[in-house]
Formats: sequence, structure tokens, C-alpha cells
Amino acid sequence: MNTPAAERGTDTVKRGLAEMLKGGVIMDVVNVEQAKIAEAAGAVAVMALERVPADIRAVGGVARMADPSIVEGIVAAVEIPVMAKSRIGHFVEAQILASLGVDYIDESEVLSPVDEFHIDKWSYDVPFVCGAKDLGEALRRIGEGAAMIRTKGEPGTGDVVEAVRHMRTMTSQIRALTVLGSDEIMSAAKDLAAPYALVKEVASTGKLPVVNFAAGGIATPADAALMMQLGCDGIFVGSGIFKSGDPDARAKAIVEATTFYKDAAKIAKVSRNLGEAMVGLNIDTLSPQELMQHRGL
Amino acid sequence: MPRVGALALQGDFREHLAMIAELGAEGVEVRTPEELDGIDCLIIPGGESTAIARLAVRYEMMEPLRNRILDGMPVLGTCAGMIFLGTATTGKPQPQLGVLDVAVARNAFGRQQESFEANLDVKGFDRPMRAVFIRAPWIESVGPGVDVLATVFDPVSGREFPVFVRAGNVLAISFHPELTNDARVHELLLSLVAPGIDEER
Repeated sequence: MNTPAAERGTDTVKRGLAEMLKGGVIMDVVNVEQAKIAEAAGAVAVMALERVPADIRAVGGVARMADPSIVEGIVAAVEIPVMAKSRIGHFVEAQILASLGVDYIDESEVLSPVDEFHIDKWSYDVPFVCGAKDLGEALRRIGEGAAMIRTKGEPGTGDVVEAVRHMRTMTSQIRALTVLGSDEIMSAAKDLAAPYALVKEVASTGKLPVVNFAAGGIATPADAALMMQLGCDGIFVGSGIFKSGDPDARAKAIVEATTFYKDAAKIAKVSRNLGEAMVGLNIDTLSPQELMQHRGL
Repeated sequence: MPRVGALALQGDFREHLAMIAELGAEGVEVRTPEELDGIDCLIIPGGESTAIARLAVRYEMMEPLRNRILDGMPVLGTCAGMIFLGTATTGKPQPQLGVLDVAVARNAFGRQQESFEANLDVKGFDRPMRAVFIRAPWIESVGPGVDVLATVFDPVSGREFPVFVRAGNVLAISFHPELTNDARVHELLLSLVAPGIDEER
């Protein structure tokens, strides 16, 4: 018999859920119907929000946490984990989302930041995922308590180029740490503007201490497999599914390409006849003020 | 040493294979029926059971998996893997292998904020395991021939629910030893492989 002295919200428990999501696809959804389509297509989690990033761009103005009724409806409708986004630094939005029972909070640059400081994520039992463009950002977020990292990419564009850039940057910065002598770690920590202990840990293990997903601009099965081959642990798809011609077919195809990411024949097979991909925005046409990736460094 | 497969459709299969490698056995990722052929035992990892089940159906893995397990291949299912091995769930029906006569309750302990770790006494183990429960299932009812090796007390219902069971060559647990340094469940799996099996190969 066990009467466990149960410990909640430990690092292992918070990082552990992200471990279970690996090799899977997390899909942005804005209502119960989309959440059910995502679950049936094999999503490992859904991100509940009021508008997908492409629509946030189109509408403009201040982007905030979703209406709690949207989040509650989705939490009630599916058995897979539900994530939701808070604004960077908006710890009350995070408290509200935790009270609604969400399984992960994305402190996200897709919404409008409210503070130059990020949320103190250690103080929550619910785990957080944060975006990063490079290793320094990733380790700062982990230092603040993030239990999962994702590339920022450039959300709502359907252009995967920035996610690729961010993943390559992180991988090459990690590789560079692994060859340093112990007397060089402090200087590397200073250059990365990252906590010494985490830099030391990455230098010795050669990997981030938490799971790292790809996000920002993934629109096709080939995009998903590309990010997996670049070493990501899994995939977030924002606007790419429900802004496309046939969301159900595209969702399934991206899930299958993520599992069989090294099998070009299978990826070719699932990529057939998916209808229109999201139209997309070329990164080069965006002005610097329109880029979301520079929010919350 | 035996060759151990980990079902690699989705989930934390790499952590299981790392633990298997530390025990000195060979681990391989299994995604297709052909990859099932060369292995002596199998781990079905934690992940999302609906995602794993949908891919297994879509890629025609259900029958080959069921046949190998019914044929006696030792198998360990953890968390989502436990659900996948079972015969029924208490929630929405989903594809299951039906090789372990148990009804499983998904997310039985609650949502992520109710996830926890605790020390767990296991029948046959001389000291407790550090058990990590993540949106974990428990077993609602077991059929004949299923041994219960560990349970957790639920203060809400006042009942104890199995979280570690064995039925012959089938092991199923609700928690995640692969996220700790405790390899005893994996050792138990390896011990079920018939001795000398790799010499036969």
C-alpha cells in the first residue's frame, strides 16, 4: 500500500510532460471543433487561443490571453493536454490560465509583451514553455523556470526560415560549448548572458536540460520533418493547419511526417493532395516592427 | 544480451533506450512491422495514447504487435503504453491492443498540476521506487491472471488503484522510471527474455 507523500510541480514532473510530447505535434486551435479535429488527427496537445498568429498579424492592436470561456471549452472537450498563451511578463494572465486547469502555459512573444521582465516561472505548479532564438535566450528562460523551450521562428508567416535559423544557431552554440575547458565556461556564460550553472551543464551534456520544439512558420509536412532532422524534439504548428485549405488532412500529414521524419518516401506519400497551404508572408516583406521574434529577449 | 525495441511512433522512447543501453543491451527504434521482426522484447513508451494508437492503426502495426505479444514476446508499457496494452478504458473508446486484461482510467489523477512524484512500494522490490506520475492513468479493474505489483491510494474514493501490474510476459506501469536513475523495471523486462535467445539468432 502506498500513501505517497506526493510532491507536485517538481522539475521532473514539469519537464517530464514535455518529454512525453516528444516526437509529436502541438496544434493551435481557437474553438472546440478545431480542438477535436486536432485530437483526432493525432496531435499530442493543443494550444488554445483566441486567434492564430496569422490573424493576430492581420487584426493588429494589442494581443492578449484568450477569453477564459474558449480555454475552458477546449479543456473540457479533449483528453490530450491543453496549453494556452499568456503575454510575456503578465503573471496574472498566467495565474488565471493555471486556475482554468491548463497543462502548460506558453509565455509567448505572439501576444503583446507587458513587461521587460519575464514571469517567475518557478513559483507555479503548472509548467511553462518559452520561445528562444539562440542558446542565451533559451538558458535565460530555463533560468526563470521554463520547463520546455521552442524556437521562436517568425509566427504567423508560414515561412520556416527563421525557425531553421534559430535551431541552427542553438545547435552550433551548444556544440561550441562542449569543447571548452572548465576555465572558459564563465567567459562563455558572460558572452551568452546566461546563468553559469546552466552553461556548465550544457557544456558537459551537449544538450539543453529541457525539451526543445520547433515553432514559428511551419506549414507543410516537409517543414516539420526538416525541423526534426535539424534536431528538434517535436513541432508546434500555429496558423499552418487551420489557415490551410484542408485542415484535417494537413494535420494528419504533419503528424505522420513528424514520426517518420527520416523516411522521404513516407513524407512524399503524406504530402500528396493536401490542398492549399496557408498563403504565407515572406519574411523579407515584413518591416522590423512587424517581427515578433525580437519581443522578450 | 537481448535486442530491445522501443515503439518510436511518439513519446519518450529515447529515454527508455538510454536506460536499456546502460544495462548493456542493444536498443532499437521500432516504427514499422518489419522493424518488429528482429527484437526480443519491446517497450511501449509514455506519450499521448491517442496519438500513438492512431499512428499504429494507420501504419498497420496493431496486428503485428498483438501477434508478437500473444506469441510470448515480453513487453513493458509505461503510462500511454499501459493504456495501449489494455482491453478497455473508462473514457472515450480508443484503439487498444487488448493483450492485458485491464480497464484503464486515463488522466486518473487529474491534469498536469496534479501530476506528482512519490516513493512507491513494489511487490518483489527490496526498497521503494521513486515514481513519477505525469497525467498518469491508473487501472480501474483487473481480470483473472493479472498480478498487481503496486497500488496508489486515492483519498477521494478511498480506494486503492493498481499502477504496476504483470500478466505473464506483459508488464504495465503508470509511471516513468526512465525519467529517474532506477532501472529495476527495465531489468525485470530483460529478465523475462528467454535465456540464450540471442545465441539462437
